Amino acid sequence: MSDRPIKVLIAKPGLDGHDRGAKVLARGLRDEGFEVVYTGLRQTPDMIASAALQEDVDVVGLSILSGAHLTLLPRITRLLREQGMADVLVTAGGIIPDEDIPVLEAAGVSAVFGPGTSIGEVAAYLRTHVAPRET
Amino acid sequence: MNQAAAERGRRLAEDARAGGRRSLARLLTEIENRTRAAEAALRVLYPLAGSAHLVGVTGAPGAGKSTLVASLVTAARAAGRPVAVLAIDPSSPITGGAILGDRVRMQQHASDPDVFIRSMASRGHVGGLATSTVAAAAALDACGFPLLFIETVGTGQSEVEIASIADTTLVVQSPEMGDEVQAIKAGLLEVADIVAVNKGDRPGADLTASHLRAMLTVGAQHDRAAGDRPRPRRPEVLLVSGLTGTGVPELLAALDRRDPAAADGRGSDRTRRTRHDRAEAQLAGILAERLRDRLRDPSHRSETDAAVDAVATHAEDPYTAADRLLASLFSRDG
Repeated sequence: MSDRPIKVLIAKPGLDGHDRGAKVLARGLRDEGFEVVYTGLRQTPDMIASAALQEDVDVVGLSILSGAHLTLLPRITRLLREQGMADVLVTAGGIIPDEDIPVLEAAGVSAVFGPGTSIGEVAAYLRTHVAPRET
Repeated sequence: MNQAAAERGRRLAEDARAGGRRSLARLLTEIENRTRAAEAALRVLYPLAGSAHLVGVTGAPGAGKSTLVASLVTAARAAGRPVAVLAIDPSSPITGGAILGDRVRMQQHASDPDVFIRSMASRGHVGGLATSTVAAAAALDACGFPLLFIETVGTGQSEVEIASIADTTLVVQSPEMGDEVQAIKAGLLEVADIVAVNKGDRPGADLTASHLRAMLTVGAQHDRAAGDRPRPRRPEVLLVSGLTGTGVPELLAALDRRDPAAADGRGSDRTRRTRHDRAEAQLAGILAERLRDRLRDPSHRSETDAAVDAVATHAEDPYTAADRLLASLFSRDG
């Protein structure tokens, strides 16, 4: 079935407690017709990668506002690759300085959505970039 | 194309059986999407399933089902037992989207290789489950999870479908349930094997538990005199706290006593009946689906469309139209 909903994991790696953005995005994507798994605050890279595997998601969306993105995000993309999930789209949002974006992209993060991004933009990006599966 | 899909399904099934978690996860996706690959995989897996204890966990939104399941998983893991969880949350009837949020309460188990947690969106199915829940449970059963919790969407008073697919039904009740009259209403509490009064650390929780005990067991004597009349279950009522873990090992022990595989086989007649009902519902569902597919097939399409139009305009009654379609299907294919 090609009309099955796209499944997205929204997670907050690390120690910041600012989850409003993640929740607003989760809710917004629900309204855009996505199935959104929300895992909550203070997740380790290992917990996020395991959840992505068990849920067999198409997208992992990481919200981070603590400044630890250069440490945590590459760890998550590496774990995903190690468990055979290189085809999963990884995106990031939160407070991430422009100069760090190329570093994250090199580590396998395909897009970084900063403050002010509309939910429609995120949804359109995901719809275009999620790889179709074999049927 | 179908051949390739079937082959992929069989490969996924074999690899999932051998412990491949990525394959198991992919297989569950195929099952949710009801693909050819899923069907091929289930042909392999179904005969290997049937020994797991399927525990249904249901109750109102916010009663603490997910937290209690996480706590039960902790208790089972303390004894070294592998556990799987299927957690169902509602899909939007408007957009088809869903927030699958049960995992938030269970993430402490995310990295444990002997725990497998999977969220499912209900995708238009009513009754508290998803269409593919039974098939997904069979796959997890065949892949080495002898204990399986199926958490329903948050239910109201009458979404009792879980009781017909689970071996044991656990109803989670929060302390603020109301008075004794709530406990004697028909519906959810009638299908419980065990009622867990959760949030036992809150004031008044023990009072709720004793109200429930008094009201739910009140008819036991009358039952014995009733002969063959269908009777509601007389559940055990336990006071627990999913948050602190108080009472959870006792709850797990009470569930284990109802494991169909357990030696004392308590309620085993009921279990046999439940499994029979589950098989019947499953078969009926697949038959309906196959019938629908056949009627939508190009060879029958125009006839089906004509029947739908005739019923829509009240030119024909739906029973006559259905009988005619059925007769036509059988005469052409048989």
